[in-house]
Amino acid sequence: MKKLLLALALVALPAYGANLKWAAQNDILTLDPHSQNHATTNAMMQHTYEGLTRYDREYKVEPALATEWQEISPTQWRFTLRKGVKFHDGSPFGADDVVFSFGRIQQPQGTMQVYVSGVKEIRKIDDHTVEFILAGPNPLLLRNIIDFRIMNKAWSEKNRSQSIQDYKAREESYASRNANGTGPYVLKGWEPDKRIVFAANPAWWDKLQGNATEVIYTPIKADATRIAALLSGDVDIVTDLPTQDVQRLRNEPKLKVLDGHEVRTIFIGMDQFSPELKYSSVKGKNPFKDIRVRKALNVAVDREAIKRVTMRGLSIPAAIMIAPGVHGHTPDIDKVSPADAEGARKLLAEAGYPNGFDFGLDCPNNRYVNDEEICQALVGMWARIGLKAKLNAQPMATFIQKIQKFDHDAYMLGWGVATFDGLYTLQSLMRTKTTGADGSFNLGRISDARLDALVDAMKTETDVKKRDAMLREALVMTRDNYYYVPLHHQLRPWAMKKNVSTVHKADDRPESRFARID
Amino acid sequence: MAAVAGWLRRAWAHDLAWSFRRSPVTILAAFLTLVCVGGALFAPWVAPHSPFDSATLNLSDGFTPPAWTAKGSGKYLLGTDDQGRDVLSTIMYGARISLGVGLAAVLFSAVLGVSLGLLSGYLGGRLDAFIMRVADIQLSFPAILIALLIDGMTRIALPRDMHDQLAVYVLVLAIGVSGWVQYARTVRGSTLVEKNKEYVQAARVIGRHPLAILLHHVLPNVMGPVLVIGTIHIATAIITEATLSFLGVGVPPTQPSLGTLIRIGNDYLFSGEWWITVFPGLALIVLVLSVNLLGDWLRDALNPKLR
Repeated sequence: MKKLLLALALVALPAYGANLKWAAQNDILTLDPHSQNHATTNAMMQHTYEGLTRYDREYKVEPALATEWQEISPTQWRFTLRKGVKFHDGSPFGADDVVFSFGRIQQPQGTMQVYVSGVKEIRKIDDHTVEFILAGPNPLLLRNIIDFRIMNKAWSEKNRSQSIQDYKAREESYASRNANGTGPYVLKGWEPDKRIVFAANPAWWDKLQGNATEVIYTPIKADATRIAALLSGDVDIVTDLPTQDVQRLRNEPKLKVLDGHEVRTIFIGMDQFSPELKYSSVKGKNPFKDIRVRKALNVAVDREAIKRVTMRGLSIPAAIMIAPGVHGHTPDIDKVSPADAEGARKLLAEAGYPNGFDFGLDCPNNRYVNDEEICQALVGMWARIGLKAKLNAQPMATFIQKIQKFDHDAYMLGWGVATFDGLYTLQSLMRTKTTGADGSFNLGRISDARLDALVDAMKTETDVKKRDAMLREALVMTRDNYYYVPLHHQLRPWAMKKNVSTVHKADDRPESRFARID
Repeated sequence: MAAVAGWLRRAWAHDLAWSFRRSPVTILAAFLTLVCVGGALFAPWVAPHSPFDSATLNLSDGFTPPAWTAKGSGKYLLGTDDQGRDVLSTIMYGARISLGVGLAAVLFSAVLGVSLGLLSGYLGGRLDAFIMRVADIQLSFPAILIALLIDGMTRIALPRDMHDQLAVYVLVLAIGVSGWVQYARTVRGSTLVEKNKEYVQAARVIGRHPLAILLHHVLPNVMGPVLVIGTIHIATAIITEATLSFLGVGVPPTQPSLGTLIRIGNDYLFSGEWWITVFPGLALIVLVLSVNLLGDWLRDALNPKLR
């Protein structure tokens, strides 16, 4: 009788929590938290793995795996680690895991070193205290290390995943197929290109702010299919809307659209290092080394037309490489001048290419809003000045491997700023490439001594005024040397069912812990 | 001159011509086929714009609706797509690819199927058994699956840029190989009947080479059904090509066929730019339907029992 009552009581308990069905365009690249600095991958990772700090709803830094920190000297920070935290496999979290993860994230085959840049060493003081030794003062340390995710040392060693998978070489490891973090959600499974399932972690040290106890993420590449899934109720939220559907979704009574911008800039990068381009008709020299050619590519682009037609108003034309909302962005240096095909043709003629030339253009076709369409539009705009771009649009997973091997003439990429500070972009995209964080995505292999000096000085400059001046100088230098072709900053509305509420994330990293389904 | 006139008179009086004149549906189908084929064939001269010359495109003209709607422009009769390409012109160029691939695939299928059928029927024995079992096995798979298989294999085997260049030929091969069985079976059946007829026996008795007998005596007498299958197969091949391209494994978007155009336009169906996908779709329907009707008519006209 007692048993029966107990059983009845269990059945009668209100179902607490809800499941959140979430869809977006592309899949994650890997589950290895130190392998690929890729927004969708990072967004999923933060469900499972955590860093020492994290953002709250307003992007203010708050404690996560560290409960408090103390600046002993400008180059020495002491972090007290949270006690009683357990990894998903049950093993306890401690200082050894932090030290281990620091050693791991720095391995050259990864692309996440930028999140610990400037940290020389992490020392274990005791089981729950670590000390960061910095190369110089670092005003951004607490923001940077949010994405320095902590792995369990014992688990990694047991499963022979001490080193980061070599993604470029298509290597797989246990850690690239399984996850064991401390975060709010436990990974239940990842079927590539099909779905990722998370369940709320009952042993988590914090409480969910919403009630999404199960999260099912489905990558749906085709725009029409993704929107159809939302309209039919198969998914609750879509975090990357096809621009052409936004207006219609706004009028849909069952749905609501959460407006927001994204701190992401879409741009074209050019190989400015190779002595000869790989897919070009120009032999024996590299035309992109000539500033006049790069300028011609820049001024030929009609950013307003891309905004109006391709993006349907959902973009901000860009002249510099960081978006509004990122520290360092000021409207006066981000003014776009109108397209000038005539001027571009003149520049090309001056550079010795009156009839233009061919080159390869690599583009992703499932990553950024309208990525392939934008590239097609660029092909047209450049064709008008005599440049024939041979477009190769491909899925992100193959695209990123190709461009990381420098197998490109020009490529489209978007750069989101996780730290909300311009240095992140400058260091990753403009600093001369080394094996570490410097130039980690400088895939055109730009090398400018003055920029390098500015970036290196900014890393340790704590005087805000001085640092801002350097930031500005570096951004303007990049712009006026036409090292890149910035296209626009993305606006990124989300659409969801009326009963779903969540926090819009400008860093393109939706967090299910904020989601509520009523 | 008189010879030509005589030939024309005889052609006009021929059974086929007679049944053609009697069927208004067939005349309409033939007219529509002519329009489609003409538009496709002469696209570079008759198309109002050259949509695949990037230098002539203007992004600002993107998403212009058809000319008769409120926001339409007389410059673009059927509107423009997301890149400002004239939809009518893209359809003409697209039909070119669709028809080209369809015809080439049918030709390939027919040559392969007829040769194998002739050999199989005439020689018999183990070769016959082998060819027919292969045909049986292939018939148990849908043609589209075989085409997908062939396309997938070449995609793995060839490097990417080469595959894009060869995409059209791969497609012809894939659709061609997936369709030979019907020809082979029909031709084998007819060959079995013909080879025991007296004229073949006579040829054999006077010592003609078997290959000559096959080509000069048997082949002309088994071609009737092949023509009918071929005509209907053109429609199927065009549809197969459109399906593959719609699925994104056919021709690359740089030289879109009707199927590719429908796929691209599909993204804009929800947002109200219906013309980008509807017009290529209509063009495909008209083309396939009229070719099919012609094929039906040919089948009936050549069937002595229905005369």
